[in-house]
Amino acid sequence: MYTNRAVGMAYVSPFLIGLALFLLFPFLASLGLSFTDYRLQDRWSEARFIGADNYTQMFADHTFRKSLWTTLIYVLITVPLKLVFALFIAFVLNFKLRGINFFRTAYYLPSILGGSVAIAVVWRYVYAGDGLINQALTLAGFGTVNWLGEPSTALVTIILLRTWQFGSAMVVFLAGLQGIPQDLYEAAKLDGAGPWRTFSRVTLPLLTPVVFFNFIMQSVQAFQEFNGPYVVTGGGPLKSTYLLPLMIYEEAFKYFDLGYASAISWFLFVLIGVITAIAFTSQRYWVFYAQDRERAP
Amino acid sequence: MRAVAPSAPVRPSTPAALSNPASLRPPALGQFARLLMNLGPTLRYSVLIGIGFLMLYPLLWMVAGALKPNHEIFSGIGLIPQAPTLEGFAKGWQTSTEYTFTTYFLNTFKIVLPKVVLTVISSVLVAFGFARFHLPGRRLWFGLLIATVLLPKSVLLIPQYLMFREFGWLDTFLPLYVPSAFATEGFFVFMIVQFMRSFPPEMEEAAVIDGCNSLQVLWHVVVPVIMPAVISVALFQFMWSMNDFLGPLLYLSSVGNYPISLALKMSIDVTEATAWNEVLAMSTLALLPSLLVFFFAQRYFIEGVTLGSVKG
Repeated sequence: MYTNRAVGMAYVSPFLIGLALFLLFPFLASLGLSFTDYRLQDRWSEARFIGADNYTQMFADHTFRKSLWTTLIYVLITVPLKLVFALFIAFVLNFKLRGINFFRTAYYLPSILGGSVAIAVVWRYVYAGDGLINQALTLAGFGTVNWLGEPSTALVTIILLRTWQFGSAMVVFLAGLQGIPQDLYEAAKLDGAGPWRTFSRVTLPLLTPVVFFNFIMQSVQAFQEFNGPYVVTGGGPLKSTYLLPLMIYEEAFKYFDLGYASAISWFLFVLIGVITAIAFTSQRYWVFYAQDRERAP
Repeated sequence: MRAVAPSAPVRPSTPAALSNPASLRPPALGQFARLLMNLGPTLRYSVLIGIGFLMLYPLLWMVAGALKPNHEIFSGIGLIPQAPTLEGFAKGWQTSTEYTFTTYFLNTFKIVLPKVVLTVISSVLVAFGFARFHLPGRRLWFGLLIATVLLPKSVLLIPQYLMFREFGWLDTFLPLYVPSAFATEGFFVFMIVQFMRSFPPEMEEAAVIDGCNSLQVLWHVVVPVIMPAVISVALFQFMWSMNDFLGPLLYLSSVGNYPISLALKMSIDVTEATAWNEVLAMSTLALLPSLLVFFFAQRYFIEGVTLGSVKG
């Protein structure tokens, strides 16, 4: 509405400066660093160009391959589990129940607090040898499980920690559900559609933009999981919870190999980029936007 | 009452997806859905209460454990302490270091408060620029702003660290909040832009005719209207910075500068085997500010989450 461009640019200038200084420059610098041999204690000028050596080393590195595999498994289980839970609870909450606000708060709470170290600390105790879960298992007459000590179960504790935080996805689903026009349900009822048919043919298609949004946000977040493995399991046992962000951190700040860590971080960036790009391109096959409906005959 | 036969003509408002043959019907799920419908409110409440109880149990167990003597934590999973005591809080607060949690709490607020204030100011200014001005390259800049939301932070971490080291900012709070002065979290700007766009600019135009400059318009007309979005931004940033762990882990090295998140991590490494009640007590206190803020202002969180997504 205002025409003075200079004034407008002045308003957005903090972002433009921040973009250049804290985002674009580091973004490109880490690409540059990934082609160098550069140790944490070196000066800028001591970076030595070594071509794609870091990348060749990376693909040959067993730890990296294991870490990549663990990360993929973690994301592939956590994200769908979280979304299904979020949608299910949102769906149940969407019936005009009394006390919906109370339940919404209760379910939302873990996702607000869950990112904190305090929760990760508590989680470690919940799954410890004599922690809450094992005490409950003993009480119910089952044997105990060495959750954090077994490579096969340690990742499960992290997956459960993050699935536990389905609340923010649920709130988004709930808002999406409440935005579906009531007349569509009435139409479906008149046409003789049962509950499942109504859900799969009316609710779900109209909810796809929200599913898409949640999928993108949750995936990007899951690929960056750091606190969980760092605090709850320390990446172990036997690197079974050694997710890529943790590996990047350790290569950089424990082994001081900034060049190699930068290469891994760029790999992770490209991986997330490719998955996001695929999701965005696939949108037109499965995401159903309201304006399409208005245009439809 | 079914007045219309199933063979009645399809109403024009039926979405195209109704006739989409791709969505097949798994019979088991269909039965499950029908079961859920038929059993009605009782089942729905049982499901909601059951799952909710299981979900909140770890939190309740944490608070209960903080009030129990240490040995009692291992002797039962009940929530009512047999011999309630504040020993966990008293000893936990002292810590095994030369500092108490007073220091760690103060440090946390020294990081969080500037961060929240700077985020709010910079996000409002930048959002106003994007929402109300015709800018050269506006689409590009706004696109980049959205892209920053999806950019994994680990790809920026190492050069940022080297840069702040060059500035001589290591082991200070500066690297943790100075970037917030530059609206580097695109999500917040996006949220406010969305909110501003939902209001027509007529009021602002009237103010301009009355002789206000753009800063006066922003302060006197726009800010009061977008207050709910501003509060959401402040609350989210408060919560996220309270929870931030990687930032302090990278930049702060002396224990005297540690915020609560680092202090807690340190405390489990030290008191791992023994004093669970102390660690649980300090975890409870660490969550308390966020809990209070959440309970008093939860509608802003829910509005904030939905603002960034559904309306977008």
